Amino acid sequence: MKRILLGAALIAAATTAQAADVMKMAVTTSFNNSGLAEVLLPEILKDLDLEVQLLVVGTGQAIKLGEAGDVDAILVHSRPAEDAYLAGGYGTHRTEIMYNDFVFIGPSDDPAGIKGDDSAVAALQDIASAEAAFVSRGDDSGTHKKELELWTEAGLDAAGFGDWYNAVGAGMGAALNTAAGMNAYILSDRASWLNFGNKADLALLYSGDPVLFNQYAYLPVNPEKHPHVQSELVDKLEAWLVSDRAKTLIDGYQINGEQLFVFNAGVN
Amino acid sequence: MSALLPLVAQGAMSRRGGRVLVGPVDLRLDGPGITVLIGPNGAGKTSLLSLLHGTARLSSGSITWACPLDEARHAQAFVFQRPVMLRRSVIENIAYPLRIRKVPRREALARAETAARRVGLGEMLNRYAPLLSGGEQQKLALARALITEPQVLFLDEPCASLDGRAMREIESILTAARASGTRLVLSTHDMGQARRLADDVLFLLRGRLHDSGPATTFFTRPETPQARAFLQGDIVE
Amino acid sequence: MVDIWNGMTQAVWLMLTLDPELVEISLRSLRVTLSALLVACTIALPLAALLAVRRFRWRRGIIALLNALMGLPPVVVGLVVYVILSRSGPLGVLGLLFTPTAMIVAQTVIIVPLIASVAHQSIRELWAEYHDLLISMNVSETQKIRTLLWDSRRALLTAALAGFGRAIGEVGAIMIVGGNIDHATRVLTTAIALETGKGDFGLALALGFVLIALAVAVNLSIHWLGRTERGDRW
Repeated sequence: MKRILLGAALIAAATTAQAADVMKMAVTTSFNNSGLAEVLLPEILKDLDLEVQLLVVGTGQAIKLGEAGDVDAILVHSRPAEDAYLAGGYGTHRTEIMYNDFVFIGPSDDPAGIKGDDSAVAALQDIASAEAAFVSRGDDSGTHKKELELWTEAGLDAAGFGDWYNAVGAGMGAALNTAAGMNAYILSDRASWLNFGNKADLALLYSGDPVLFNQYAYLPVNPEKHPHVQSELVDKLEAWLVSDRAKTLIDGYQINGEQLFVFNAGVN
Repeated sequence: MSALLPLVAQGAMSRRGGRVLVGPVDLRLDGPGITVLIGPNGAGKTSLLSLLHGTARLSSGSITWACPLDEARHAQAFVFQRPVMLRRSVIENIAYPLRIRKVPRREALARAETAARRVGLGEMLNRYAPLLSGGEQQKLALARALITEPQVLFLDEPCASLDGRAMREIESILTAARASGTRLVLSTHDMGQARRLADDVLFLLRGRLHDSGPATTFFTRPETPQARAFLQGDIVE
Repeated sequence: MVDIWNGMTQAVWLMLTLDPELVEISLRSLRVTLSALLVACTIALPLAALLAVRRFRWRRGIIALLNALMGLPPVVVGLVVYVILSRSGPLGVLGLLFTPTAMIVAQTVIIVPLIASVAHQSIRELWAEYHDLLISMNVSETQKIRTLLWDSRRALLTAALAGFGRAIGEVGAIMIVGGNIDHATRVLTTAIALETGKGDFGLALALGFVLIALAVAVNLSIHWLGRTERGDRW
């Protein structure tokens, strides 16, 4: 019997393919949910013969993975966390690649009336004063940090909110599922929203405030801290990510006719 | 294989938790034949058999074989009152002691088949042993015990709860084993069986060897009043 | 209801067309879980037999511990294995985190107590039955263990299947130590979690049905193998 099991295991083992080079990169859920990875990774494999294995986690965990040396590079979008990471000496440098934006999603009848507000802060103040149900990621992710930042700017303290404020401690997709189930407001990145399959009665209600722009940056793990990091591959990938080839692919990526990301490497 | 017999027990005793199960016993076994162990329930027949076989702990005294103990353990076998069936087929049960002794599988199975035919199990080689009848299980146990050609075979009430036909079949297997030179030591509470099989008799009472002798003299002229009473069917304490 | 129906039709479609991605993650699920099962059985079964046969000082303690660990929360196992295998952990130099090997390690840890406990129960019963005979035959300890393992193989198969069921349906631990990397460590359960996260309940359900079908198929085929081997004696 054991021999049969062993045989089956070996057959299954023989079916996994391998590229010449393999590196691991931690990315945020919102990046992965956008579907852009499925466009970029095959091209990277083709151009560089490099298989980039993605660990899809929240920004908080992505940073931790980089600090522990469990990945070779991270691609995240939370400036304060990135700066702290660099200050700790865990990364060599920070390269901005592209940005997308956050949007406010909510019940299509918009009980808090945020449609047509003139700023993101005003929208949040409307939601808070109406005490309309709101779902927060609550998972220390980039999106969550952004949301907390906006509450602070609006002069409100999320920790003191009542029952209408729901911190679910989950990824973007799971949080959107919860919002769809509760018919609640939520802050989402545009890509995750567009790719989300279970929209129910939710609709995009507010977007466009520059404060909602969401800058993605690429941060290699410091080989001085973790000598096993494959710096050569990391540099190769970085060169590709800031190239014109990447610009064409990123700017050209659309869902339902909408452009999701704006390539801005080398602009700042 | 070197000779196992004579077996000499001197002051052999088995205790458990301060209670004496059997002993002290002095006895000597030699040559082929059937020794029948009789005595009332609780006299210690099973304990004495296990003690001689080496599966019960010897608390004091000595039991010596003519060869080292390791060899001795391998040249004897034991048949229980309630046979233990391995959850395997008949033929694999009988072949088991050979497999333990590293006899190649093919040879072990061939010898097991011969042994099974000898005890009349030739038609049920591939039956699942735990589902056999009581008599069939005991015949299997005998075939399994005899397959290693032991020099000494212990049997603890092998025919208890068997019908007449099964008992006759088993007794003929036992006499055949005696004819081929095996020493048998058998306990029974069936005096008819004792008379039919015994070459000599051990009468056990309250853990002690109370009386013993060749079957002819024991059954006709028992030396002690207790043995006489037991043979007459009286209750002996 | 629409989602369930949609999921079933999608599952059938994915299976009929042998969708390459589905085949890949299903095979990976099987590979990881069968490897874990193999490793777990090689540890758990002899351990179970040894615990039945040999009297030693910590025996009762170990049995109690195994029983307690049967309910080991997978997510905690995942976390512990993660911390140990992380580059900054004690076994970090092996570079095993986020590989199928790490998932095999986690699943093995989860199912060894389960298999050992269930196996020990039935081996102990068998040992009570065989004790006098095997002692009388002066059987060595290794031979005892082999005899007990072989003769309780039906019960052991059940123990192994229970372990398989727990391992293949497990998501918490392997999500943590495997990382759900596409084409590397994504298996059926983590893919289901991912698709649910994307709100694609149809695909998630479809994968769920494939997972169930796979588990049932493995169970049936192992039982079938067991029956042909035993012939009609039972």
